[in-house]
Amino acid sequence: MLRLPRLRYLRPATAGEAAASLSKLGSRAMFVAGGTDLFPNLKRRQFEPDTLVQVPPLKGVRRVDGHFEIGATVTLAEAAADPGLRAALPGFAEAAGLVSSPPLRNAGTVGGNLCVDTRCNYYNMTYEWRKSIGFCLKKDGDICLVAPSSPRCWAVSSSDTAPAAMVLGASVVLVGPDGERELPVAELYRDDGIEYLAKQPHEVVTAIRLPAPEGLLTAYVKLRRRGSIDFPLAGAAVALTLDGPIVTGCRIALAAVASHPLEVPEAGAFLAGKRLTDETISAAAELAAKPARPLDNADLTHFWRKKMVRVIVERAIRQAATPSTT
Amino acid sequence: MVGKPVPKVDGAGKVTGQAVYADDIDLPRMLHCKILRAQLPHARILSVDTSAARRIPGVKAVITGQDLPIRFGILPVTQDEAALEGEKVRYVGDPLAAVAAIDEETAAAACDAIKVEYQELKPVMSIEAALKEAADEPIQSYPKRSDNIHRMVSYEFGDVAAGFARADHVREDVFFFQGSTHLPMEQHSAVATYAGGRVTLWSSTQVVHYVHRALSKVLELPMSRIRVIGAAHGGGFGGKTDPFAHEIVVAKLAMLTGRPVKCTLTREEVFYAHRGRHPVLMWVKTGVTRDGRVTAMHFRSALDGGAYGSYGAASIFYTGTLQTVTYDIPAYKFEGARVFTNKAPCGPKRGHGTPQPRFAVEMHLEKIAREIGLEPVELKRRNFVKPFSRAVNWLRITSCGLEECTEKVLTASGYANRKRQPGRGMGFAISTYMSGAGTAIYWNDMPHSEVQLKVDRTGVTLFCGAMDIGQGSDSVLAQIAAEELGLEARDIHLVTADTDTTPIDLGSYSSRVTFMAGNAAVEAARKMRALLVAAVAERMGVTDLEEIDVADGRVGEFSFEDASVLAEEKFGALASAGSYKPPRIGGPFKGSGVGPSPAYSYSACVVQVAADARTGIVTVERVWIAHDIGRAINPLLVEGQVEGSVYMALGEALMEEQVYRQGLHKWPSMLEYKSPTFLETPEMHTFLVETDDPEGPYGAKEAGQGPLLPVIPAVNLALQDALGVWIDEIPVTPEKVLRALEAKAKGEPPRFGPRGFPSVPYPEPILVEPPDPADLRVGDELELAFPMKGGGPPSAGAGRSPSPPGPPRAPRVR
Amino acid sequence: MRSELDRPVQRELTRLRVNGEDLELYLPVHKTLLEVLREDLKLTGTKHGCELGECGTCTVLVDGEPQLSCLLLPLQAEGRELTTVEGLAEGAAPHPLQVAFAELGAAQCGYCTPGILLAAKALLVRDPRPSRDGIKEALAGNLCRCTGYVKIIEAVELAAERMS
Ligand SMILES: Cc1cc2nc3c(=O)[nH]c(=O)nc-3n(C[C@H](O)[C@H](O)[C@H](O)COP(=O)(O)OP(=O)(O)OC[C@H]3O[C@@H](n4cnc5c(N)ncnc54)[C@H](O)[C@@H]3O)c2cc1C
Ligand code: SF4
Ligand code: FES
Ligand code: FES
Repeated sequence: MLRLPRLRYLRPATAGEAAASLSKLGSRAMFVAGGTDLFPNLKRRQFEPDTLVQVPPLKGVRRVDGHFEIGATVTLAEAAADPGLRAALPGFAEAAGLVSSPPLRNAGTVGGNLCVDTRCNYYNMTYEWRKSIGFCLKKDGDICLVAPSSPRCWAVSSSDTAPAAMVLGASVVLVGPDGERELPVAELYRDDGIEYLAKQPHEVVTAIRLPAPEGLLTAYVKLRRRGSIDFPLAGAAVALTLDGPIVTGCRIALAAVASHPLEVPEAGAFLAGKRLTDETISAAAELAAKPARPLDNADLTHFWRKKMVRVIVERAIRQAATPSTT
Repeated sequence: MVGKPVPKVDGAGKVTGQAVYADDIDLPRMLHCKILRAQLPHARILSVDTSAARRIPGVKAVITGQDLPIRFGILPVTQDEAALEGEKVRYVGDPLAAVAAIDEETAAAACDAIKVEYQELKPVMSIEAALKEAADEPIQSYPKRSDNIHRMVSYEFGDVAAGFARADHVREDVFFFQGSTHLPMEQHSAVATYAGGRVTLWSSTQVVHYVHRALSKVLELPMSRIRVIGAAHGGGFGGKTDPFAHEIVVAKLAMLTGRPVKCTLTREEVFYAHRGRHPVLMWVKTGVTRDGRVTAMHFRSALDGGAYGSYGAASIFYTGTLQTVTYDIPAYKFEGARVFTNKAPCGPKRGHGTPQPRFAVEMHLEKIAREIGLEPVELKRRNFVKPFSRAVNWLRITSCGLEECTEKVLTASGYANRKRQPGRGMGFAISTYMSGAGTAIYWNDMPHSEVQLKVDRTGVTLFCGAMDIGQGSDSVLAQIAAEELGLEARDIHLVTADTDTTPIDLGSYSSRVTFMAGNAAVEAARKMRALLVAAVAERMGVTDLEEIDVADGRVGEFSFEDASVLAEEKFGALASAGSYKPPRIGGPFKGSGVGPSPAYSYSACVVQVAADARTGIVTVERVWIAHDIGRAINPLLVEGQVEGSVYMALGEALMEEQVYRQGLHKWPSMLEYKSPTFLETPEMHTFLVETDDPEGPYGAKEAGQGPLLPVIPAVNLALQDALGVWIDEIPVTPEKVLRALEAKAKGEPPRFGPRGFPSVPYPEPILVEPPDPADLRVGDELELAFPMKGGGPPSAGAGRSPSPPGPPRAPRVR
Repeated sequence: MRSELDRPVQRELTRLRVNGEDLELYLPVHKTLLEVLREDLKLTGTKHGCELGECGTCTVLVDGEPQLSCLLLPLQAEGRELTTVEGLAEGAAPHPLQVAFAELGAAQCGYCTPGILLAAKALLVRDPRPSRDGIKEALAGNLCRCTGYVKIIEAVELAAERMS
């Protein structure tokens, strides 16, 4: 049986206290919400904190002045099933509903999903396995096994909801020991497999704010081998506004093709002012796929994954625009 | 009773959580064991320093290779494993030291504190590399070769050259079937105690007897001082058929500490224990006449065996021998080789060695049919074997429902009139499998299965060494005994898989339990019935025993209980026994022991897929499968076996692969090793065809493995139908489909698969004169007519080495 | 591994409600619910296949919803109603799902069965007459290697029919 290491476990009453205790303990401590990402990683010794600080309950999906505010510990299942979200922002609700499997979504949280660790199949392995192949940059080692000449880690951002939130222009509410701030989701990430979050380690995500203007069309298309359990091999999130047949605004972001959720503004900009036709959709998808740089550190080959980005972007655009294009 | 869909006898324990699996066992003072495994694929062990580990508080014992030097292995010819390796390690995961401690945490920390000094050797990670001279030293020294070839065989049945000469059309193809693993949901686990000079071991094994033998050998204890009990079983599929290091290690640690010791493998270790499907590279050449009759076939295989022998010596044969009991091949040449590589050892997985050639031959015949302009189903049909015939390699076919199975699935699926549309297709394939191997793993003349019955006022108790691994063998035994004694299955108390209390059974592998233990149960129950009938007849004053009905819980005019009292008064304690040993079936040549079976099951399958030309993703929508089961003793269980086989085949066809990168298993986890979920489950239509086999109990044959075989080629052929590409390699991943489509777009052959077959130094073939196809003799009759040369073991891996095959006889031309 | 044995073990009095019984246990905080159920409470009906959230074998109900006990700390489950396979039956009377699974052969080796029974129970509470697709969706986090899932789906349907 794989077991957790010995740990101290703290249950602060508020987000502020949680932030304070993490800021005091520094790198020896980590937040835990649902634990569905962190516990497997701890069992494999990918992190070695000696203290876990529970993110206190921050529940509720609220609609306030044209946006949704989702508490950070709302589970993925709750978010996916929320009738208001499903109606107004189906792209985000579906992204939450496509994470892993049903029992996991009953524990995994929205906040945890935004902060989920980057992945690499040289890294998401047990301590013994990693010791066999040789430790890598991300933990215990000094080279990258995927790209040995590279000075950085290329582990893949694998959150399904992050790109879905990004295309909405969403932001997160962060609580630190000294107070609260709001940060666009687009600025929450860094292009680095190891230091993948731009927030301070002791800042707690307490909520996510999703703008939901009237008439916004959204979709998320996830590619994976099995219909359940699997992380995305690639994901495409789209948010569109249309004026009749003409696109008035479009944002596209990708999951699992880089170390951060990857927004491709060129593709969105290309579509603006155009009609959605097979040609424009395909051209936009081509633009969207260009910056995607999957590496040989996830399931199936990176050549194939790269090719698939176009396909899922096209599908996501179509899905968002339905029934307008048909 | 027989033929009824009776619920499984162990169902209640399993749905309430009461069934006790090995890892559920928790004994007073029990210690926990962790095994330190090799972290290099190929290396000499220079030193193992356990001193730091021993100093950790809570550590009770640490053992290394020196403590368990005696080698073991499932086949007598490949006793090449050590419970803990002392000299060298051969794959990442090879066990080399073990700790018993007060808890798993302490044991794991102690393993981490053991220091091993290695001298690295060059790892060999592919079939091609293994065929070359070893860079420094071969992985195993006993084949006494400078390369890494483990074993080779070569046979020619009939005049193959003449067969090809007679053909109007000859074609060659190359195929590759990637390895896969069983992935039972239950991780292997074993618990041992040592008391009063005796070892008792509970284990999640498929064969208590083989574990018993290995323990006796390695621990140097007589078998009478060891008891092995099969705990409730969480899935095997062939993966728990070998004796394993952890089973021996816990026994040794219990002997050293005097305390119970448990070892449960982690999921990662289960991938290392493996014994799964061999990766096999295959080359096949077939000649056919203009009207599609096969005139000759030449089949070559190269198996990647991993680091140890396991069942490998038999696996080689299985890639070759069953071709002839599927299709009627008048002249057949087979060359097979197995190599060692620095990977987890391969062995028997559902269908043992036969899904790979099945895939190759079904694809190959389809290609031939297209080339000569014949409907593929028609070509296959023209070559189906005939019931009650003897194949060119001497295997004897009894009942055979191929035609019926084919008819069923073709009709139900509407195969012939399917709508031709891009992106959707159907594929058809057939298969055969053995109902138990005709020869034992180690050479002996004892029965393969024995059953004892005890009857008294508590009812009927049936004792048998067979292990129910979920397939329902306990239920089948109960049903058979109940049938003969006029009772219900739930009236039969079962004691199974315990070497102290039950007579031998060679275990749950090779689809043998229903057939062999079933036959033994029939015999034991009939003997018991005779006792009851005799006592009742005497009391009733009836002389004609036929007049006494045994049915509905009554024997004549007495209740079963009263009848048992009468019989006990008359005969004393009531006990009966039955046993089964398959007759000799194989031909008079060395190696003829692998492949013969008292009866073969047959299946036919149609698969419908949707294939996306943009992504290469293949979705199986519907499966129609018909299985010639002989007779379904319990249709519910048979359907379950068929459905489970289809599922496992779909996983292998589309996603499962045990692959290596940089010298170690690429992804030993359930997340990355893809096994299908509920959502990948297609609509399945199962048809049972009954042919009433004369050899099987009530006419029954096997169900657990055969139905897996045709599904894999049927998936590929459906994809071919949908997109016009040939994926000559398993699994069919989306990328391979796209690569083939790209080739097609460029005007190249629309194919993805291996480019060629390497040069393998196969030996000169043993030439075997084919039998008379109408000669169905077996056993003594066969022995008299065609004595087994040297009288030795006919099986590939069995003990004594048989005498050389003698001067080749001139092949007979047919 | 490595230095962790030197770390102190934090133990806390933990109040759990398991199968309707209130329990107070003094537990190391880092022991997962799976380990506590099996090792401390001897409720070995809850099985495990990976301990990493990848197989669903360890599924239990938390306030009626399926969750993976290998990824849950007992303290995270305080104040919530836990149900394991041992708590499915009403006294000696098995739950209709248990009856249907036994009857149709939906448990072959039976190792995945406890987790699947619980996930199915949660489904039937939410949706008493689920469609086939609904069943597949709800059980998609639970792997089974024996049955090919067919008999399981049929057993859930049968139980649903009998319960309504
Ligand atoms: C088998 C399996 C499959 C999975 N498949 C997917 C998938 O398909 N898609 C996907 O996106 N994810 C997947 N996951 C990952 C994970 O389960 C989800 O991302 C989940 O949403 C994580 O949420 P959590 O609450 O469990 O996070 P936790 O595990 O509790 O935390 C994850 C990380 O976020 C930090 N964190 C959590 N909450 C906060 C907060 N409020 N403020 C600051 N930091 C915080 C933690 O410190 C930790 O570093 C999978 C996991 C497993 C085991
Ligand atoms: S990308 Fe390189 S450094 Fe990063 S986890 Fe993978 S192997 Fe390690
Ligand atoms: S044991 Fe596999 S998900 Fe918990
Ligand atoms: S019944 Fe064996 S794993 Fe499901």
